[in-house]
Amino acid sequence: MVLSHRLGEWAGHAPVLEEEVALANIALDLLGQARVLLSMAGDEDELAYLREERAFRNLQLVEQPNGDFAHTIARQLYFSTYQRLLYAQLATGDGAFAPLAAKAVKEVAYHQDHAEQWTLRLGDGTDVSHERMRQACDALWRFTGEMFQPVEGVDVDWEAMRAGWLESVTVVLRRATLEVPEGPQSGAWAAGAGRQGLHTEPFGRMLAEMQHLHRSHPGASW
Amino acid sequence: MATAAAHRTARTQAAAPAGEAGSTAAYEAVFDASVAADERIEPRDWMPDAYRSTLVRQIAQHAHSEIIGMQPEANWITRAPSLRRKAILMAKVQDEAGHGLYLYSAAETLGTSRDELLDKLHTGRQKYSSIFNYPTLTWADVGAIGWLVDGAAITNQVPLCRCSYGPYARAMVRVCKEESFHQRQGYELLLALSRGTPGQHEMAQDAVNRWWWPSLMMFGPPDDESSHSAQSMAWKIKRHSNDELRQRFVDICVPQAKSLGLTLPDPDLVWNEERGQHDFGPIDWTEFWEVLKGNGPCNDQRITQRRQAHEEGAWVREAAAAYADKHTAGPTEEIRGSADENGKARA
Repeated sequence: MVLSHRLGEWAGHAPVLEEEVALANIALDLLGQARVLLSMAGDEDELAYLREERAFRNLQLVEQPNGDFAHTIARQLYFSTYQRLLYAQLATGDGAFAPLAAKAVKEVAYHQDHAEQWTLRLGDGTDVSHERMRQACDALWRFTGEMFQPVEGVDVDWEAMRAGWLESVTVVLRRATLEVPEGPQSGAWAAGAGRQGLHTEPFGRMLAEMQHLHRSHPGASW
Repeated sequence: MATAAAHRTARTQAAAPAGEAGSTAAYEAVFDASVAADERIEPRDWMPDAYRSTLVRQIAQHAHSEIIGMQPEANWITRAPSLRRKAILMAKVQDEAGHGLYLYSAAETLGTSRDELLDKLHTGRQKYSSIFNYPTLTWADVGAIGWLVDGAAITNQVPLCRCSYGPYARAMVRVCKEESFHQRQGYELLLALSRGTPGQHEMAQDAVNRWWWPSLMMFGPPDDESSHSAQSMAWKIKRHSNDELRQRFVDICVPQAKSLGLTLPDPDLVWNEERGQHDFGPIDWTEFWEVLKGNGPCNDQRITQRRQAHEEGAWVREAAAAYADKHTAGPTEEIRGSADENGKARA
């Protein structure tokens, strides 16, 4: 839901018209997935609009501001690669998430392909785009470790996920003439922080904007 | 298909006198006959230069309107009050980008390019619908845009599905289907507000008050001041006059407003038994011309954002072009890659 919101901020600002369509399309897929997940846990709107920052369990990666197009693509590359591996595992199991995962895995395959294609174009495009893509990949790297912190009630092989993710991202970055960023994938604070409701500062402002209207009319239906 | 074939025949026949004096007249006669017979003009058919240029102008302006029109609605994506409404709004804005793409493609069949048209938009040499120079101040505006603005657009555009220029007519068929879906969604949004809390009802009424007159202006100036109308109607680009369509729209909206439980901000609006249509008050044409000249509430903001998105995206488009140049081989490169591997394997 959070990443969908961030992608929604691109509407009307994308570098080409085709990307207006693509980014909105990805945002819609993610919102659809979020609505299924939230409805499994309770009332989707209550969960989206009436929780405060500390009660949100999203990864810090997805709440990161859009930055330039390269930052958006790097965030998308890291996250959709993770989501595809996660949903692929969940889809084969018989857990509560299997039906959602089976549908979502097709959507995130498209998201991953989109992110990879742009990673190649930016990384292996001009000097300027190469440098921007390098900076974006570096800047977001420290939020990637959090993805592989085991989540209670989600039965997947987290170590296998981490290895699969790293391999997949490494292949794409190398093809894009980029290096895998150096440095830790998370610090002491970031490791699993989002899952504990510990977020980065931009997230509070994002929620303020997102929830404002809903909160201004308590009890109203829309 | 039959139409296209008929045209090819017609063109071949017309080609006979080509090269002789008066061949243009012969082409013109075929063109006029095709239009008279309600046949579609296709990109390769001969057409008068003025027909071509008026279509480029109209289709481009239509495409620009879709693209600029994303802004007032996108303004509310991040604040949509429920996840369902947010999904609907995102899908709508996405459709608008898609409509822009079809329409630029339709314009390109007339020998222009999307880049050229965007450049004209960015430099103010081509216009977009004046309606998008009004701000979206509350959530209800999203509903009012759907109901009134899309409603007016549909009233204008449905006849364009029979426009004499084939690519434009076909684009309009697809656009109109999606637009009427958006219009119903806008109506339904307003209905939910109108039947909601007093605060929500007030929000809905305020939005309708602000969007009603600008929506009536979407049909363009009155018939006696519309410079392109007569020619466009003769060429069957337009099928009805501005005032006819405006009247049709008013007559559709009045009962809808009633069932919404909202009023329209026009004290002169009354059913005229004799005409079998509604009479309505005078439109503020001074405001219309001011907005058209660039002096509306959001003209600067809209064009600045559009230009900014384009300029800030330049490095991305350059990257894509550079990448394409390096990898022009595309699929061939893959083949070359595997050939190398085979070569190595053999070695």
